[in-house]
Amino acid sequence: MKESLLLGAEAVALGAIDAGISGVYAYPGTPSTEITEFIQKSKEAKEKNIRSKWCCNEKTAYEAALGMSYAGKRSIVCMKHVGLNACADAFMNSAITGTNGGLVLVVADDPSQHSSQNEQDSRMYGKFSMLPLLEPSNQQEAYECVHYGLDLSEQMRLPVILRVTTRLSHSRSVIKNRKCHEQNPLQAKLEINRWVTLPGFAKKQYKSLVEKQEELESISEQSPFLKLVNGSGKKAVIACGLAFNYVMEVRQNNNLDFPVLKISQYPLPTKQIADFLAKYDEVLVAEEGYPIVEEYLRGFSNNPKIKGKLDGVLNRIGELNPDVMAIALGVEPTKAAEMPSFMVNRPPALCNGCSHRDTFEALNKAMSQFADRHVFGDIGCYTLGALKPFESITATVDMGASITMAKGAADAGLHPAVAVIGDSTFTHSGMTGLLDAVNENTKMTVIISDNSTTAMTGGQDSAGTNKLHLICKGLGVDEKHIRTILPLKSHLDENVQILTEEINYDGVSVILAQRECVQTAMRNKKKKAND
Amino acid sequence: MIKNIILSGVGGQGILTIASIIDLAAMHSGLNVKQAEVHGMSQRGGDVQSNLRISDEEIYSDLIPKGKADIILAMEPLEALRYLPYLQKDGIIITASAPFKNIPNYPDENQVIETIKNSGFKHIIIDSDEIAKNLSARSLNVVIAGAVAPIIGIDSNVMKDSVKELFAAKGEEIVAMNVKAFETGVEYNKNL
Ligand SMILES: Cc1ncc(C[n+]2csc(CCOP(=O)(O)OP(=O)(O)O)c2C)c(N)n1
Ligand code: SF4
Repeated sequence: MKESLLLGAEAVALGAIDAGISGVYAYPGTPSTEITEFIQKSKEAKEKNIRSKWCCNEKTAYEAALGMSYAGKRSIVCMKHVGLNACADAFMNSAITGTNGGLVLVVADDPSQHSSQNEQDSRMYGKFSMLPLLEPSNQQEAYECVHYGLDLSEQMRLPVILRVTTRLSHSRSVIKNRKCHEQNPLQAKLEINRWVTLPGFAKKQYKSLVEKQEELESISEQSPFLKLVNGSGKKAVIACGLAFNYVMEVRQNNNLDFPVLKISQYPLPTKQIADFLAKYDEVLVAEEGYPIVEEYLRGFSNNPKIKGKLDGVLNRIGELNPDVMAIALGVEPTKAAEMPSFMVNRPPALCNGCSHRDTFEALNKAMSQFADRHVFGDIGCYTLGALKPFESITATVDMGASITMAKGAADAGLHPAVAVIGDSTFTHSGMTGLLDAVNENTKMTVIISDNSTTAMTGGQDSAGTNKLHLICKGLGVDEKHIRTILPLKSHLDENVQILTEEINYDGVSVILAQRECVQTAMRNKKKKAND
Repeated sequence: MIKNIILSGVGGQGILTIASIIDLAAMHSGLNVKQAEVHGMSQRGGDVQSNLRISDEEIYSDLIPKGKADIILAMEPLEALRYLPYLQKDGIIITASAPFKNIPNYPDENQVIETIKNSGFKHIIIDSDEIAKNLSARSLNVVIAGAVAPIIGIDSNVMKDSVKELFAAKGEEIVAMNVKAFETGVEYNKNL
C-alpha cells in the first residue's frame, strides 16, 4: 500500500488508473480539470498506455468513452456540471443502451458558483436518467468510489455517475492505494438489440432500465459508503456526501451526540431511511446543492419532522460550511474578530499583457462609431471584457452562444452584430453556429480571440490551434473576410480599421485575433527550460 | 493536537508552495492533513486563500470554522486582515509587510499595518524589503514557512527536509537558497 497527498480530483484519477481504465475522456472545466491532468502527467498511466488527450467538448468526450465501453474496456469521462448539459443527449441515451466495459461519468458541481454560470445539482441528472449515482464525502472515498463504480457499471451494465463538488475536488488529503485491476481485453460484441436505439429495441431497453431500479435500490441499501453514526436524543441528521463532514465537524467540536445517517449512493436506500426517520422527532437533511433528498422526504404532505433548506434552517443558495451547519444544529457561533471596515475586494482581472486586452481596446474603438453597441461574448478569460475597464461585452450565456445569439439578433435587425469567442470555445460549440450564419449569409462579425490555449481553466491544449483559418474557410466563410490581426498596442489603428471594415461588410466575417496567452507562454518556457 | 492554518495572498504569490511544505512535513510526521485550495480563474490578481488543517485525529471538514484558525499566514498584509474572523482569540498572524497594490482603492498601507499591530493578536511582520535585499523576493513564501515552523507542532527539521524534497528537482543552488530562506524565517519566529 502506498500513501500520497492528493486533491480529491487527483484521488479520482488515481482510482481510475488503479481500477484498470483504458481511457479518460474529458473537456476541461473547474472543478474537474485536475482529474484528466493527473492522468496525463502520470508515468504509470503512460506505461499502461491509458488514453488521455483532451476532447473538443463534453459530448465528443462522452460518446468516445461510451465507444470504449462498447468495445469492452473501462473508461471514465470527466466534466464540470454544465458540461453535462452539453452532452445530455449522449448521456440520457446511454442509460438506454447501457454499457459493456465499465463506464463512470465523473461530474464536478460548483455550489456557490466559484467559477460557474449556475449551481445546478447533478444529482437531478441521476434521477432524470435513472442511473446509479455515487456521492463521496471525502478524498479517500472518492478514490474508492471509482473502483466501486466501475465494478457496479459492469455488474448492472449501466453507466454510473460519480458526483463531486468543489470543496472535495480541490482539497488535498492523504490517499491510500489499493491493489490494481488489470485492464479489460478488447471484447466488442454484436448486440444490436441493445446498442441500436430504434424504437423497437429502445422500448425494451427502457423497460429493462425501469426494471433495474429495484435492484439498484437494494444495492444502495447495502452500499459500503452508507454509514450510521449512533447517538442519543430525539433529533437526528441525514447527511449526503460532503455535507456529512460539516455535520461531523460540528458534532466533534461541540461534543454532541446526535445520530447521523450518511447517504452516498442513489437511488436512495428507502428502507434504511424509513427506519431511521421513524426513530426520531426531528431530522435535519444536510445536502450540498439542491434540496433534493429533503424535498423527497418532506413529500406532498410536508412531513413536519424534516428540517433543511426549504424552511431556511440551512441556506438554500450557495455551498454549506461548518459555520452554517453549526447554527443549523443549534450551536452558538464562536465569537470572532471582525474584518476591518476599510477592507476592499480584489476582483480577478485580465493579466497584464493579455492579448484579449488589446482586442477589446480595438473593438471598443471600432464600436464607438456605431449607435448600437451590443457585443455577444462567450465563456473564458475574455468574459472579463464585460467588466471595467473595457465593458465591451454585453451578453454571455453558455459556451458557443456568442455566435448563435449574434446571428439571432442580426436576424432581428441588429447591426452591428458582433460575437467574441475564444479559440477553445469556438471548437467546443461555435463552429456549427458559424455554419448556420454562413448558410444565410447573415450580416455579422465573429471575433475569435485566439490565444492558442484554453486559458481560463489553466492553459490546456486547444483543439483548433493552427487550424482556425482552415476551419472557417471550410465552413464556407468567404476567404476575403477571414482577417487575421495581431492584438498589440502598436497595431491598434490597423486593427480598428480592419474591424470597422468587417463590421460594415454585408455578410459573415471572421476576425482571427491571434497572440498566445502570456501565462501559457511563460509556462511553456519554464517547461522547456526544465526539459 | 489540531492546527488550523489559513494561507492567504494574491494569485501568483506562491501560497501553495507554503502549503506543500507544511503538507509534506505533516504527512512524513504521520499526521492527517486536509488542505482546501482555490483553483480555476487563471487570470492573476484576485485574492486567494487555502485552508490547511493538520491533526493526529480524523479531520472532517475541509474548511476551517470561523474563530477556529490558529494561524494566518499571509503574503501580503491586507490579505491577512481579510481572514480575521477565522482567527481564534489566541491565534497568531504571520504576514509579509509589503502591500500588493493591484487595485485602485487599496486602503492606506500604514493603517493596514497598524491594524495588524493593534489587533490584539500575536503577530510576526516579515520585512519584505529586507528579504528581497538579503535573499530574493521570490523566496518570501519559504521565509514565511520558516517563520511558522516552530509553532506548528511539527519538528522544524522535518519541515526543513520537506523544503529540500520540494525543491530537489531544481538543483542544489535553488535548494540551498530555499533552506537559507527557511532558516531566516525560523529566526523571525525567535524574535516573537
Ligand atoms: C459546457 C462548459 N464546459 C466547460 C466550461 C469551463 N470553461 C470555461 S471557459 C473555458 C475555456 C475557455 O477557453 P477559450 O475559449 O480558449 O478562452 P480563454 O480562456 O483561453 O481566453 C472552459 C473550458 C464551461 N464553462 N462550460
Ligand atoms: S490567463 Fe492568459 S488569457 Fe487569461 S487573462 Fe491571463 S493572459 Fe489573458
